[in-house]
Amino acid sequence: MFPARFDYYRAENVDEALALLDEHEDAEVLAGGHSLVPAMKNDGREPAVVVDLDVDDLRGLDLGAGGTSVTVGALTTYADLAADDRLAQVAPVVQDAAREVGDRQIRNRGTIGGNLATAHPAADPPAAVLAADATLLVQGRDGSRRVPAGEFFEGEGETALAAGEILTGIEIPGQQDVGTAYHRRTHSATGYALVGVAAVISAVQGTVLDARVAATGVVDRAVRLSAVEDELLGSSVGGGSIEAAASEAGAELDEDRLRSDPQASGEFRLNLLETEVERTVSDAVDAAESDGLGF
Amino acid sequence: MEHDITLTVNGREESLTVESRTLLVHALRDRLDYTGPNVGCESGKCGACTVLVDGDAVKSCTLLAVQCDGSEVTTAAGIADCATSENGDGQELAPLQQAFVEEHGLQCGYCTPGILATAEDLLAEESDPDRETIRRALKGNVCRCTGYQHVVDAVETAAEYRRADDEPVESGEASD
Repeated sequence: MFPARFDYYRAENVDEALALLDEHEDAEVLAGGHSLVPAMKNDGREPAVVVDLDVDDLRGLDLGAGGTSVTVGALTTYADLAADDRLAQVAPVVQDAAREVGDRQIRNRGTIGGNLATAHPAADPPAAVLAADATLLVQGRDGSRRVPAGEFFEGEGETALAAGEILTGIEIPGQQDVGTAYHRRTHSATGYALVGVAAVISAVQGTVLDARVAATGVVDRAVRLSAVEDELLGSSVGGGSIEAAASEAGAELDEDRLRSDPQASGEFRLNLLETEVERTVSDAVDAAESDGLGF
Repeated sequence: MEHDITLTVNGREESLTVESRTLLVHALRDRLDYTGPNVGCESGKCGACTVLVDGDAVKSCTLLAVQCDGSEVTTAAGIADCATSENGDGQELAPLQQAFVEEHGLQCGYCTPGILATAEDLLAEESDPDRETIRRALKGNVCRCTGYQHVVDAVETAAEYRRADDEPVESGEASD
């Protein structure tokens, strides 16, 4: 399969890219290309223009003072995220999710920014940035703006990015004194998550002080599971409290938006979700304990 | 739209003109006659088209050739060229390739060039990967013949050969 004809432009800085997007109406932004190129080959995506972001400033991690936050450039590959020890210290849940994406070749080339901007409803990073309480950094011709991860994903392939805007980075608050985990059940046909769950938990002396739990693959976008979080808050870990919280996993999900295909019905995904939430939250709590920070 | 690009393929500089939409795998196979990378699933899943671009294993059916302008590309054949860089004719097998022969790490062979490229990327990073690590690394390379056992054996053996090669040579080995 060949993509339809298009004009390719390489932008070596963000302003150049924004100018190209301004100039060409029917333009797509190319980051790692691992969603866009397959879509152009097999899914009938036929942009007139492709603007290749080849911007060194958007690659790699920039640590805030004292590990209070980390800004991940949008063009950072999953492989670079997976290998960076600093990310393991500051925002491990994002690293856990990056390690689960696709396969070795895809991780070598695919980028976190491209992933988030594509908003595939079963991709791993969206759940991780939700659980990490990240802020997405967006730049347009009229300046830059910050979008909380919770307001970024608007549906399958739909985000808060307006036409002509580019996602430039992801700012993640430091996740010290927490336990984190990301687990997924893999969809056997697509390689994406059938259900994926990210959890960031802080607990002191066996009591949950803060809990952020997010899921991907279940509905048309990655979502925070606030009913689970509410149930966990203030609870004592152990004695069935995690199981009780996990049983709330589907409570606030809109049944009409459940994903369903020949591999897995919506109902099956909800069942898996409960199991994966329990497993992920348990591991996050264990991680909080083993750090010797929470207890 | 057309672009003049330069690729260094298996150590040789190649200049060509490509359309915007030309995929790297087609530039390599159809324009430059490097037939190592195969076209399999066309959707980035099977890994038959895997090559190394600037040292990283990537799927050449999911990259535009123009994106790779100025890059170094190594195909499965180029792994041998690296091993015998003295003459660069690729006649001598690299330890990785030799291991696939000895361990019967292939049957029909269609997936093999891609597997070699991914394994080369893995072994460049990890000199002594365990079997689980090898399996994880090869997740993006589909083989419908072997059942993977012998493929994993071959990569393990290749890792051994490479570690042995890295040790100081005691006497005039491999000179003819």
